[in-house]
Amino acid sequence: MTDVRELARAFRASVPTDDPVEFLRARFDAGLAWVHYPAGLGGLGLPREQQAIVDEELAGTPSNDPRRIGIGLGMAAPTVLRHGTPEQRRRFLRPLWTGEELWCQLFSEPGAGSDLAGLATRAVRDGDGWRVTGQKVWTSMAHRARWAILLARTDPDLPKHRGLTYFVCDMTAPGVDVRPLRQLTGEAEFNEVFLTDVFLPDDLRLGAVGEGWAVARTTLMNERVSIGGGSLPRGGGLIGMLTSLWTDRPDVRTAAAHDEMMRLWVAAEAARLTGVRARQQLAAGDPGPEGSAVKLAFAELAQRITGLELELRGAEGLRHDDWTMRHGEAVDFEGRSPTYRWLRAKGTSIEGGTSEILRNIIAERVLGLPAEPRTDTTVPWRELPR
Amino acid sequence: MNLLYSQDEEALRDSLRDLLRTRAGSPDDGFDAEVWRLLTVELGVTGLVIPEKLGGAGASLREAALVMEELGRFLTPVPYLGCAVMAVTALRVAGDTAILPRIADGSVCAALAVPFAGPAGDVRVTDGTLTGRLESVADALAADVLLVPAGGDLYEVAADGPGVTRTPVVSLDVTRPLVDVALSAAPGRRIGPARPALGAARTAGAALLASEQLGVAEWCLDTTVEYARTRIQFGRPIGSFQAIKHRLADVWVSVTQSRAVARFAAGAVSGADPDGAEPRLAAALAQAHCGPVAVRAAEECVQLHGGIGFTWEHPAHLYLKRAKTTSIALGTAAAHRRQLAGLLGLTPAGTP
Ligand SMILES: Cc1cc2nc3c(=O)[nH]c(=O)nc-3n(C[C@H](O)[C@H](O)[C@H](O)COP(=O)(O)OP(=O)(O)OC[C@H]3O[C@@H](n4cnc5c(N)ncnc54)[C@H](O)[C@@H]3O)c2cc1C
Repeated sequence: MTDVRELARAFRASVPTDDPVEFLRARFDAGLAWVHYPAGLGGLGLPREQQAIVDEELAGTPSNDPRRIGIGLGMAAPTVLRHGTPEQRRRFLRPLWTGEELWCQLFSEPGAGSDLAGLATRAVRDGDGWRVTGQKVWTSMAHRARWAILLARTDPDLPKHRGLTYFVCDMTAPGVDVRPLRQLTGEAEFNEVFLTDVFLPDDLRLGAVGEGWAVARTTLMNERVSIGGGSLPRGGGLIGMLTSLWTDRPDVRTAAAHDEMMRLWVAAEAARLTGVRARQQLAAGDPGPEGSAVKLAFAELAQRITGLELELRGAEGLRHDDWTMRHGEAVDFEGRSPTYRWLRAKGTSIEGGTSEILRNIIAERVLGLPAEPRTDTTVPWRELPR
Repeated sequence: MNLLYSQDEEALRDSLRDLLRTRAGSPDDGFDAEVWRLLTVELGVTGLVIPEKLGGAGASLREAALVMEELGRFLTPVPYLGCAVMAVTALRVAGDTAILPRIADGSVCAALAVPFAGPAGDVRVTDGTLTGRLESVADALAADVLLVPAGGDLYEVAADGPGVTRTPVVSLDVTRPLVDVALSAAPGRRIGPARPALGAARTAGAALLASEQLGVAEWCLDTTVEYARTRIQFGRPIGSFQAIKHRLADVWVSVTQSRAVARFAAGAVSGADPDGAEPRLAAALAQAHCGPVAVRAAEECVQLHGGIGFTWEHPAHLYLKRAKTTSIALGTAAAHRRQLAGLLGLTPAGTP
């Protein structure tokens, strides 16, 4: 059995850290990027939990910013690994992990969000490639991304789930037009993306023609598995900001708020421990559906905690820090004002699948309750009401 | 801390289920002597936490928590919490070597003579005899030995000895009966100081009660999901209606969290000092979270079963009563939140 601690130590001792990108490339090549990936693709084929040992040994060395590369890391990478050709894996995974190439997700459309399989963006065969036309929306990071995962319709005559194909979209290709879409916080994390006759060579197709939905399921499952809350310490994150306010500012305290704050503390700790347990299950090779519970719980908590913080601040809670339009790279829950936090938290129950859709999924896939009667799965997509 | 179940625990769960499944439906007097005999003598689960040199299994409260889970799931009417968790913890902290071996071999059932909820009772000591009254004591009906705190010490009193009267009360939870205990010059043997023993017993009790509440909530969820899958109204199973799906999904989310919290609490009290700051924090967290979740799961169980959920015949009401009772006993969620605030230094309003 490989001793990753030894490997990581030896690596740290032998590779200079003065050039961050060179260091990250070397780390990938040593198989210490994500140890559960295959050798040659940034990993060593080891159990996932061993990554924690590597991260511990390499603490303080140059690292990529998981918030910046989140979509690539959490969604594109597992999908490319599972459905990509050897050439695609070699081409995409290394710069994805080092952060040299950012990724975005071209899934949502004005007419298809929760009902993702209803999307209308068309991809039509053109010689040794495809011509893609359509409009995507809410696309986080599209303005920085080099590549995108893209779901498009290749056969409108089939029922909606069967006529889809999955591509990697070259964001520098002619016909890709990215326009910032300002959100209620005043800034633009996300964009509208207009695709006009964009040519994608066939070697950018991921999986078989017409198999796009199966590939997308890999992406979406990983989106939900990338468990909310990360590995926060007890009392950390948003609840920590609330309790610090309480500790530092006796003037904001009220009896009613005390009990509400403690309710939130209990809820946050329960959600955090659920995340810890979910990661232990994953590490033990038995990934359960607990990740969905954590995502749902944190989405609601973020809103309740930030809401209470504004109320505690009273008149202060009426003042925002800055409405200047920014075209940012990452969500900033810590660096901005309480009003920003409260507003941004409204997105936690929409992004990555709404809380309502998550409840449907839990009810049907986890609890095994019957699906609602549907009329949209057997008719050709072309005939569906839109 | 590892929050998963070990293989040994899973094996224990299997044998418990085999034993308990056949005994569903509790007798009206709230005690199943035969199941208690099987649990104590055949499976030896009352001795799990008792050291091996005193005849026990030398396991930890984590394993006992698993037993609590299954007893909660089947609402088995046995005094496990009072005897095998709380009395045993008190006796271990007090350094007892006389009673523990007899609990381990199943010949004695002990109960802490303290109210199940509310302030401690008031018992006086005169010439080595005890006099006083204790209301709503849990798990004392079937006990042979009462552990009575009096005058700062813990005493052993024979439950059916002279000067002891136990009067069953009509309790909300018929599967965990309560008694009023009256002592009038009852002879007692001093075991040790009461305070550390009672503190540890309460913390361990609150922590492990969370596992019972988890078992109760899981039964309620599983039973309701099964019903929602099969009950047809308006030509569809009611579980295909989103109003019902979403409520059950929410129960699942909170039950899933209860599992992590209950495992954490059980682990936290399993260390050397069951009444340290971390165990107390874990126990308070567990009662603040798991109690309300069990009540909610039981309430949804009654509601989503419709009329049948309101009948005496359907077991849902037994779970409802158990859930509500346990959410009050050993402290309400609100009381535990206050305790947590104290442990975290998050002082109430009006204090600097
Ligand atoms: C901050 C943020 C970042 C995002 N980043 C990206 C990104 O990078 N790439 C990308 O592709 N997308 C992204 N999204 C889009 C996101 O995935 C969608 O917004 C989401 O899936 C919901 O789709 P919709 O907006 O079309 O709402 P709709 O699907 O129209 O939903 C409207 C409302 O109806 C409810 N609803 C819909 N269907 C049902 C149902 N069957 N049962 C019950 N209720 C239902 C929803 O829960 C919601 O409340 C992002 C969104 C946000 C807020």
